[in-house]
Amino acid sequence: MALECLIGIKFDDFVLIATDMSHIQSIMVQKSDDDKIHKLSSHLVMAVAGEAGDTTQFAEYIAKNIQLYKMRNGYELHPSSAVHFTRHTLSTHLRSREPYFVNLLMGGYNPAINKSELYYMDYLAASVPVNYYAFGYGGMFTLSIMDQDYHSNMTREAGYELLKKCIGEVKRRFIINLPKFRVRIISKEGISDMPTIIAEGEAA
Amino acid sequence: MARRYDSKTTIFSPEGRLYQVEYAMEAIGHAGTCLGILANDGIVLAAERRNTNKLLDDVFLSDKIYVINEDMACCVAGITSDANVLTNELRAIAQRHTLQFGEPMPCEQLVMRLCDIKQAYTQYGGKRPFGVSILYMGWDNRHGYQLYQSDPSGNYSGWKATCIGNSSAAAVSILKQEYKEGETDLYEAQLLALKVMSKTLDMTKLNAEKLELATLVRKGDKTEILVKPADKVKELIKEHEQREAKAEAAKQDKATAGKSKDK
Repeated sequence: MALECLIGIKFDDFVLIATDMSHIQSIMVQKSDDDKIHKLSSHLVMAVAGEAGDTTQFAEYIAKNIQLYKMRNGYELHPSSAVHFTRHTLSTHLRSREPYFVNLLMGGYNPAINKSELYYMDYLAASVPVNYYAFGYGGMFTLSIMDQDYHSNMTREAGYELLKKCIGEVKRRFIINLPKFRVRIISKEGISDMPTIIAEGEAA
Repeated sequence: MARRYDSKTTIFSPEGRLYQVEYAMEAIGHAGTCLGILANDGIVLAAERRNTNKLLDDVFLSDKIYVINEDMACCVAGITSDANVLTNELRAIAQRHTLQFGEPMPCEQLVMRLCDIKQAYTQYGGKRPFGVSILYMGWDNRHGYQLYQSDPSGNYSGWKATCIGNSSAAAVSILKQEYKEGETDLYEAQLLALKVMSKTLDMTKLNAEKLELATLVRKGDKTEILVKPADKVKELIKEHEQREAKAEAAKQDKATAGKSKDK
């Protein structure tokens, strides 16, 4: 799990989520086009990393419950309420015989109040709103870059470049090869893909 | 003939009616009146208080109007003990939603949930339905101010103005004539409520001890639910009586003016 890398950065009008695309079992790369970002609603995504199986199971359970709310009531949950619901579910399972071992980044946009939102949630169901975060060993190399270069009012291009810089650092310094990162952007218009980042350059 | 089909709630009569549910609604028709009016800038609930014994200790300010959560209140008509059970459940449902979603429960969802419970008592279990009708007033960020009514059958609907309990039909017909959608502010709505109450209740003069009045308004980003204390109710009654007197005088003038014209 620590070998996976999830990166989330929140800007004033949009949120960028980037995840690596490798599914690794022991020493083998089983899949190199994995999608770890799950769509929960029209303006909310969840990037998941953790125990194989738990990740998809938990993500789909939450996604379907959020859809059920929409079907029952005719409107979607706001991102902050959906995050609260997710945290509550995770913490209930934690205190049962069936804990989920997953780390999450939830990124969304609330069109009603015109605010972007990003939440950190770990396997102990601790959740906080953050401006940026990166899970995994990859996080150790990238958090300091974001500390240095992040500004909340960056444009989409500048934000994408910041992501590229982070992922370049992962390529240079992390022993595990994570060649490709999938990038999604969440904004007032909804959720859309940005070009996959393939890190260039040599290891240090 | 009907007797055979009304002892169990879970049975339809040959005409396709559920007698127990209808009898429950009968019980409510004898209970103290409650009415609710939706204004542009708030909601008002008014209720006729039946327990006015001098010896009653005034521990509870209100025996008809209950606050459910920060954004909703309700008033009940029917069997008080049944009402206590239902309002307790309403409060628990609302808090469970807030625990799960971190947001106040939207009004219609709360009403719907309770009505599903009420409906269960009309279909299975062999228990009698709750003998309570409830008027709900609330605010949420989706639909703003809302007024709902639910009855023992588990049906609910949204209203601009409505009445339950004793003489409710008379009150609703007066409201139909007098209520002006989009033009009523909260103060006018309260006076209208008093007017309707005085016309439909069997009391010659409105009395602050016999009335409960509650309002719900949105102030900034908080909802303010106020159960009016007796002195505030007295002020409103005074205003209402002054207006009635003026209207009466105007009618008299018109009548005499007409007479003199004829001459």
